[in-house]
Amino acid sequence: MKCKTKLLSAAAIICASSAGAADLEVTHWWTSGGEAAAVSEFAKAFTEKTDHNWVDGAIAGSGGTARPIIISRIIGGDPMAATQLNHGRQSEELIEAGLMTDLTEIAEAGGWKDLVNPSALLDACTFEGRIYCVPVNIHSAQWLWLSHDAFAKAGVAVPQDWHEFVAAAPALEKAGLVPLAMGQQGWQQNIAFGTLTIAIAGIDDWREVSVNKNADVAAGGSYTAVFEAAASARELARDSNVQDWNLATNMVISGKAGGQIMGDWAQGEFQVAGQVAGDDYTCLPGLGINQILDTGGDAFYFPKVDDPAVQAAQLELATLLISPEVQVAFNLAKGSLPVRGDIDMSSANSCMQKGLQILADGGVLPSNDMNLSADTTTQVEDLMAEFWASDLSAADAQARYVDIIARAD
Amino acid sequence: MNAAKRPNRWFRNLSAKVASIPMILTALVVFVGGTAWTVFYSFTGSRLLPKVKFVGFDQYERLWSTRRWMISIENLAVYGICSLILTMVLGFTLAALLDRKIRFENTFRTIFLYPFALSFVVTGLAWQWILNPDFGLQGVVRRWGWEGFNFDPLNNPDLVIYGLLIAGMWQGTGLVMVIMLAGLRGIDEDIWKATRVDGIGLVKTYVQVIVPMMRPVFVTALVIISSGIIKLYDLVVAQTNGGPGISSEVPAKYVIDYMFKAQNLGQGFAASTMMLVSVIIILVPWAYLEFGGKKHG
Repeated sequence: MKCKTKLLSAAAIICASSAGAADLEVTHWWTSGGEAAAVSEFAKAFTEKTDHNWVDGAIAGSGGTARPIIISRIIGGDPMAATQLNHGRQSEELIEAGLMTDLTEIAEAGGWKDLVNPSALLDACTFEGRIYCVPVNIHSAQWLWLSHDAFAKAGVAVPQDWHEFVAAAPALEKAGLVPLAMGQQGWQQNIAFGTLTIAIAGIDDWREVSVNKNADVAAGGSYTAVFEAAASARELARDSNVQDWNLATNMVISGKAGGQIMGDWAQGEFQVAGQVAGDDYTCLPGLGINQILDTGGDAFYFPKVDDPAVQAAQLELATLLISPEVQVAFNLAKGSLPVRGDIDMSSANSCMQKGLQILADGGVLPSNDMNLSADTTTQVEDLMAEFWASDLSAADAQARYVDIIARAD
Repeated sequence: MNAAKRPNRWFRNLSAKVASIPMILTALVVFVGGTAWTVFYSFTGSRLLPKVKFVGFDQYERLWSTRRWMISIENLAVYGICSLILTMVLGFTLAALLDRKIRFENTFRTIFLYPFALSFVVTGLAWQWILNPDFGLQGVVRRWGWEGFNFDPLNNPDLVIYGLLIAGMWQGTGLVMVIMLAGLRGIDEDIWKATRVDGIGLVKTYVQVIVPMMRPVFVTALVIISSGIIKLYDLVVAQTNGGPGISSEVPAKYVIDYMFKAQNLGQGFAASTMMLVSVIIILVPWAYLEFGGKKHG
């Protein structure tokens, strides 16, 4: 108990050194250039500031590949010491089954409730009043990334919103470029669809469908417009045959494609490529139509382990991840937004500043990880994968979408 | 024979029976028990963790109204039928050719069998590269000068399953060939001499004499190929990951994805139960023909 009290105070390090150094295995799926640079900031801070060792357990592939591995290890009784997950509904049952460490005490001692902005992030970590995860960044999916180089080649001005982008597409095609880069994976296509939804159907209708699961609105005219826009976006992406999102981003970086709809993590790739926001590329939050972002994010969970040395180290890591310096270093590298509203992000580039401004103005929405269960998300992703790769008509796709929403829980 | 002298039939071959206890237990507990457990939970609404919350046939209704499942079944049927017929025919043909006492038989045998030493994941990746339109076969032929050459099955939803089939057959045919070759080597030399004396043609000898004699070998090969087809998963993941879109999905991938990625165990269990049922539907009539028929005559 004495050790715990100390831990809660700022003197966590002293206590831990008496408990001895521990090896902490941390699993995550951050493997692209920008992501790897960001996660190494965590590892560096943890190894330098504590006696413990960060044992990196990167799992290649996207979250869809990594999550099953992480979850089956936890359920199978071979938990890692810490793991990335998208907080929200993915981990509901793990917490319910008592497999996750309760972080409420250090959260209260650290005053997370006042620090974390928007508060929805911490709510997504909370289950029956207890806090089970540390949010580490805010991810918004609603960004359109545009290559200045590509539009210069096509001889048109860089668009300021989605409608201008669609209008500029023929010029891009004429110049032998792919208007829209799109990785051929369901989750990426679902992000593009979700982004189009918020921009075209509007926030109220989006909320009605995604949060309240109102199938009537999903069957309505505003969503018909969204599916038609998605069908035309599908034509723009016809010639992009890459799989991974960072390869699609690379098409934009190298000027082979006009734009890509991808989350703010694409920013890290531009950074690694040495490009400057505003000079080499432009970013349009909310497709330039509405200034609003969803606030999904990554969070770290700490599965319950038996070793007391590891337990102490887990709490230290949790405290460290949300500390101001680590938040700044990590998010600058990753291109995501920090979870604290009280830190200095003045060194962030113009794209991140746009995001921070929207966040400060309160233009936030809950992310799909928080609204929809993994089951529903997978069904939508299956539908999107089929829609984007085939000639499935907008009307048929909408009918199936309505069906999924009607059965969503 | 005197009945009193005969030992109790339960104690006959005692050591053999004791030795097989672990296998029997494994079969009962792991296979039968695990199967029963899976079927039981397929009637529940289990999500991430198994829970006893009965929902009747809901999971099955949803399964059969899911387009991805229907596509998976179709794909498995196309892949299964094609690969069954083609590997059998090709494997037997290759074996028959090798059996003609050709030169460098060992070398050829090694070349044909070698792909089987690779895992499906390696096979899938290798063929993903070979069939890549820019760097693979199509790219090479175009660079030779045939600009109009088109061979891009992996990016065409209608052809992708045949792209998988090529890779699967490349891997599996060698094994079937070796099994067939072993069977051919077991045919008595006198049979060949007899057909030659009777003046029966070579092809006719194979079709009418040799093939019927190799029936057990064919059954062995059939079982090995079929079990490989039903569990088709890693090849798809490595080569296409179900794409483009969902056009190369297979049932085993549906099971894995819904159990773990979608965190819906009930749905995954329902799908795996359907896979079991389909195996039983094929297996029962076959087993009846194979074993039941003999008893009656």
